[in-house]
Amino acid sequence: MSKPNIQLDSHGRLKHFLTIDGLKREMLTEILDTAESFTGVSERVVKKVPLLRGKTICNLFFENSTRTRTTFEVAAKRLSADVLNLNVSTSSTTKGETLLDTLRNLEAMHVDMFVIRHSDSGAAHFFATHAAPHISVINAGDGQHAHPTQAMLDMFTIRRHKEEFTGLRVAIVGDVLHSRVARSQILALNTLGTSEVRVIAPRTLLPPDPRTLGVHIFHDLEEGIRDVDVVIMLRLQKERMTGALLPSEHEYFQLYGLTEKRLKAAKPDAIVMHPGPINRGVEMDSQVADGPRSVILQQVSFGIAVRMAVMSMTMGTQAQGAAAR
Amino acid sequence: MNDDKIYMQAEAINELIGEMTQAIKTRLEVQQIKDPVMIGIHTGGVWLAERLHKLLGIKQPLGTLDISFYRDDFTRIGMNPKVKPSQIPFELEDRHIILVDDVLQTGRTIRAAMNEIFDYGRPASITLATLVERSGRELPIQPSVVGVRPPLTSEQQITLTGPDPLKLIIGTSKQETRGTS
Repeated sequence: MSKPNIQLDSHGRLKHFLTIDGLKREMLTEILDTAESFTGVSERVVKKVPLLRGKTICNLFFENSTRTRTTFEVAAKRLSADVLNLNVSTSSTTKGETLLDTLRNLEAMHVDMFVIRHSDSGAAHFFATHAAPHISVINAGDGQHAHPTQAMLDMFTIRRHKEEFTGLRVAIVGDVLHSRVARSQILALNTLGTSEVRVIAPRTLLPPDPRTLGVHIFHDLEEGIRDVDVVIMLRLQKERMTGALLPSEHEYFQLYGLTEKRLKAAKPDAIVMHPGPINRGVEMDSQVADGPRSVILQQVSFGIAVRMAVMSMTMGTQAQGAAAR
Repeated sequence: MNDDKIYMQAEAINELIGEMTQAIKTRLEVQQIKDPVMIGIHTGGVWLAERLHKLLGIKQPLGTLDISFYRDDFTRIGMNPKVKPSQIPFELEDRHIILVDDVLQTGRTIRAAMNEIFDYGRPASITLATLVERSGRELPIQPSVVGVRPPLTSEQQITLTGPDPLKLIIGTSKQETRGTS
């Protein structure tokens, strides 16, 4: 890697958060530690800290999202920032405005940070490359490329339950082919030193050369989740499926749906995660989703703290005197 | 940092802490405060508060504040990479608070700490106790209980190191400090 990482400023601090790729273990740990300090804010009388007072954060969503956009909004508001929510339908871009035009217009409104979701891989990177130097960009999901804050909130949830990544066996189950979440999770898990990362999926839902993912591949669910500490279920991305990748949802559930019975193969204290929204009866049984091992709702709460951490760390690099410290 | 010198060793600091305990007791009696709570400011203030908390026999567990999210210099120096969680394990609404820090200089840390305290509730009163009070105030903040007031020039830095043993160090070189006390 000879070219400098666009995510880091000249002092090696996190300026943009676009992908886990290229970030060191220390940086990921710093994000998790900072998030730990933010968890308390949500439990206080005043659920706000004044850190980003006077800053304007623009949630720029070219793709639908409820959970991610809402938690980014809550995170920004708990940091006292002003929030602009823009849901840009694909039709408005067909009016002729390019991504660069959109960026320039919003810059003219003195936005300090963009949180961007787009169906094209590389959209957040494009923004980070072309935005004015004082602006930070956070990737809230780009195409099939990356969703780094989701991965970090998953890491935070795992650390809360398992403490150390070394010694852990983690299985990611489902539609890896279309999942930017899975790609970011695998990078984060490996960077943090997880002993074994497994991917369990039918061949049709794996990328062309799955060996390059840096994981152990399984095609059988029960075999794959044997003795794992963490089971991460992925959403079946129906909207991205083109062609005959799956015979039917019913058949998918028969083979890859997580049930209480199948979960018995995992360790007794294994936790079950899902980035949401769940297709109940497709990826997993309601019994599992609402069961004692499910930490799915905790993932949502922790998502706020993790996003507060990333927002404050990246905005902190705007500091003028940063060089001296 | 060759020009650092030890200003005070652990035994002397423990004596100061003993004197501060007495001063706090007297003050609480005069003000007729029965059941105070204590909050220490990370990091040095917490070391000091742990000792005072024990000596005073305060019933409620010790609270700790990390004021990183309330600093007025975030826009200048950015996020503290070593931020710790604030923990206030009691309801502070209508409570009498003894706020403890190691060194009082500019007063900015105390202002930030008070802002944070008010986000947890409205205390009945706040009493400030610091091990060191020195020159350099930039805000109208006064401690009620002080261990020692060393005469220092504006170039000199005084730092509490610890947690065991506690030492007060005076240095003149630019140390790696985040903001001012």
